[in-house]
This record gives sequence, C-alpha cells and structure tokens, in this order.
Amino acid sequence: MSTAASPLVVEGVSKRFGATVALDDVSLEVRPAELFGLVGPDGGGKTTLFRILTTLLVPDSGSATVLGFDVVRDLWAIRARVGYMPGRFSLYPDLSVEENLRFFASVFGTTLEEGYAIIAPVYRQIEPFRDRRADALSGGMKQKLALCCALVHRPDILFLDEPTTGVDAVSRREFWDLLGALKGSGLSIVVSTPYMDEANRCDRVALMQQGRVLAIDEPANIGARFPNPLFSVRARDRYRLLQALRGYPHAASAFPFGDELHYSDARSGLAPAGIADDLRSHLRAQGFADAEVTPIRAGIEDTFIALTGAPPEVAA
Amino acid sequence: MTLAIEVHELTRRFGAFTAVDRITFDVREGEVFGFLGANGAGKTTAIKMLIGLLAPTSGRASVAGFDVLTQAEDVRRRIGYMSQRFSLYEDLTVRENITLYGGIYGLTDVQIRDRGTALVERLQLGHASDDRVAALPLGWKQKLAFSVALLHEPAVVFLDEPTGGVDPITRRQFWEMIYAAAARGTTVFVTTHYLDEAEYCDRVCIMVDGRIGAMGTPDALKRESGLATLDELFVRLARPSAAAPAPAPAIGPG
Repeated sequence: MSTAASPLVVEGVSKRFGATVALDDVSLEVRPAELFGLVGPDGGGKTTLFRILTTLLVPDSGSATVLGFDVVRDLWAIRARVGYMPGRFSLYPDLSVEENLRFFASVFGTTLEEGYAIIAPVYRQIEPFRDRRADALSGGMKQKLALCCALVHRPDILFLDEPTTGVDAVSRREFWDLLGALKGSGLSIVVSTPYMDEANRCDRVALMQQGRVLAIDEPANIGARFPNPLFSVRARDRYRLLQALRGYPHAASAFPFGDELHYSDARSGLAPAGIADDLRSHLRAQGFADAEVTPIRAGIEDTFIALTGAPPEVAA
Repeated sequence: MTLAIEVHELTRRFGAFTAVDRITFDVREGEVFGFLGANGAGKTTAIKMLIGLLAPTSGRASVAGFDVLTQAEDVRRRIGYMSQRFSLYEDLTVRENITLYGGIYGLTDVQIRDRGTALVERLQLGHASDDRVAALPLGWKQKLAFSVALLHEPAVVFLDEPTGGVDPITRRQFWEMIYAAAARGTTVFVTTHYLDEAEYCDRVCIMVDGRIGAMGTPDALKRESGLATLDELFVRLARPSAAAPAPAPAIGPG
C-alpha cells in the first residue's frame, strides 16, 4: 500500500529501552496533505515514534521513510525538510518572540522574511507581542510561537508531539483551527494527543496504547469498530446507577461519559430498541424511576476503551 | 449544612496584576467541587492560598474550619494534596512512600502499617509494593498518589489536574475513587482540563480573569446558559481572555 507519494511510511517499527517495549511492530502510512493523529495516553509510544521519524533515535527493527528518505540512512536530508515541535516547548526563554523565530530560521539557513508567508496565519496572532520574552508568554501563545519556529523553514511535513497537553480547552480549540488552516496549504501534519476528543479534528487517526497501534481509520469510522450495542443511560443518582448497570447480568461494560453513562450489552442478535426496553424495566424495578435509556453510536473514546479492555473497577 | 471551605472576597495581587479578584464561595462537606478556568485565570493562585502556601492580599478563607492565613499549620494538617507534577517520590518504593507520607502527616507506626496494608490491597498493588514508584505505569502512580493523599483521612483533598495524560479507563477509575472518597465524607476540590470530567462534579466554578465567571451544578449551568455541554459554556466564558496575552509574567500566577 505504500507509494512514492506518501510523505510518511512506517513498516514494522519496534523499539525497546531495556525491558520496556516502547514500540511494538508499528506500521502506518500518511497521505499527502493529510492531518494524521497519533491518539493515546502517556506511555503509548507516540514520542518514541516521533523521535525515530525525526532521526533522533534509531529503530531496533523495521523501517520508515519520511518524504521518501530513510530515517536511518538519510538523516541529514530528513532533518532539513521536517518541522518538529517536541512535547516540551523548545523555545529560548530569554529571547523575544521575534528573536526566537529569527534564530530558528537561521539554523535552517533561511530568514523570517522568507518563511513569513507560511507562518503568517499563526504568527499574526502573536506578532503584536514580538518584543516580549518567550518566558513571559501565556501557555497558548508559547504554543503558537513554537509552531511558528517549527514552520519557519517551510518544511514539507510537520511533526507535533502533544502540542495541546496542559493547555486549556479554549486554546486547544484555537490550535486545532490553525492546524486545519495549515493543512489547507498542502502541508502533511502528524500530531499526537492524549485527548480523545481531539481525534475528531484529524483526517485519520492511529489509536496507540503501550507501543501498539490498536486501529487506524477516519475518526467517523473508528466508532464502527465498537463490538457491542451501546446505550446512553441517565438517572439522577449516577454513582448508584453505575453500580446497578454493572450488576445487570447482560452488561459488557458501563462507564461514565460526561453527564451520562455509557452501557454496552453483551447480548448479540437483539435489536437495540428491545435491549433498551429490557434495561429500562430492569432499572425501574431497581428504583430508578427516572431512568432514560437511549441507543447511541460509539465514539472514539468508547472504542479506545473497548479495544484496550481493562477491568472496570477499582475502589478507593 | 457543614462547610468544608469558606471563601470570602479572597484577593491576591502581584504588583499591579490582580491574579485573584474578590472571589466568594463555599464548599460543603463531602462535595466534589470542580475548579475550572483557562490557563492564567487564577486557579493555581487561589489553590495556593487555600492550602496555606500563599498569603491573601485581602479577603479571607477557611478550610476545614481553620483560617488559611492565621492557622495555616492546622489547615495543612487537615488537607491532602496531589498534582500531576508533584505527588510521590519516584526513587522510593510504594511502601516507602506510604511510610514517608504517613510520618509527615503524623500517623503512628501502627496506623501507617495498617492503613498502608489496606491501601496496597485495595489498589491491588501487593505484587509491586517493593517496586520503585518510577517503575509504575502513570495510571497506577496517580491512583497511588491519590490514596496516599487520603492516608491521614483529611477533611478536604485538593487535586490539581490529577488525570492529565492518563488513559481513558484509568481516568474513569480515578473518578470512581473520587466518588468513593466523597461518599465517605471527604470534600474533593479538583481542577481539570477535561470538560467531560467537570460533568462529574457536584458543582463547578469557572474562573475567568481572576473572578468567578459562573458557578453552580453542571445541570443548572447548562440550563441557565441554554448550552448543551459545559465545554461550550467554558469556551464562551473563557474566549475573551484567551485572545489576550498573559497579563503578569515571571512572578508566576496561573
């Protein structure tokens, strides 16, 4: 399935650190001008994969090409052509916004002026503060500056390692809006995030957990991999409702999701409406007079939970 | 109704910058209280005052019945605290961390032994009790840190972004631990960047530029604003400030 036009091809990459398996036979392919997400919690292997793709680490086995260049053999060709924003902000705190940008441009043998057009959609938002020291910026502004620094040499592919971690919900949204705009200019972008809801902003995502890829698909299709009928359940006493659902003989799983609970049923071959009726009567009999049960489609987080399949209960 | 936290006109200034601006609220005993806000809205400054680490410029606050300014030592003995950044000593084992914190919190040797054993069993960490904390998966670390913060049975526990970067199952297990603690009467004061988690709180307070932008039960806040989720409300309230730069550099409110 790999073609010369794919800006990124990863085939069977594994990496260990001592006894820890950081990446376990990871394969994926990114299409031109695609916004591709690596979605998963800490320890999933996202950062290790980025370090291999930016030629900072060598894989134990498997191979990868970035823009057609091999990550082990052609490191200098890759380094000149990729933009990389590591998880920790890589800005110089004592330099101003503009000084940081000029520094990163000069490292890549270019200038702020030459790179201005590509960074403009992002840079315009922080340009009024160009004389401010980087350490005096808010989290959201630092993040935008770091993105500009990763873009100023006009790379053909952009790697962003958890750019929105620790950033508030509003700044996160704005950042994803920016990525959408950049993608429109033809840039391929690979971005990692621990926030499942952000997966919906990607063209395709790879769900990652403990070094393995659980699934690769368009966000809208990920939910179709959910194995059981799924329901939203509401009642006033949510904590007791959760216990009641887990005690229901046909329960496959029950988890809180925002202001509702998501319940999946282990029975196959029954219509969702019939299961909902059954469950509703069961809950009424258990004293939940106000119980609402509605069949729903699974989202990415539902699917992630089902694919990782850990035991549901631990009490404090 | 017993109050676990009482805050009246609490204010903190750093030079010309007002990080927390005359906030007033109460938290009931056994309540799960979500404290939300954009980066730089004043959450951390407010928490530092409530746990007795930073003196208010004006106004007052009491936690577990003790004044945060004049009785800071009493406050600190009656609270638990955990954050994503600082919780446990990575180079110590699970047992050693329990013993260390038990000692810091003033428990007797017998209490430390009994509660430590119960804690390890409840978390099913028996096989790992002599492992260094650094070797535990993040989710286990966070669950252990929370349990350790409850070791001395504090009246109020402060959780500062306890679930950042944690997988979705562990995140939910963590919230079940929060519910269980609240059901035993512990008051939980929690900050988070996950707005779906805000829905799990009994009440939430959304800070905007050092003030309280909205406060109430999740249901009431959604009903009054006419919005479907707290996420939308958060964005509506916080967006005006998000476009502006952080007002005070270097001194580190936030």
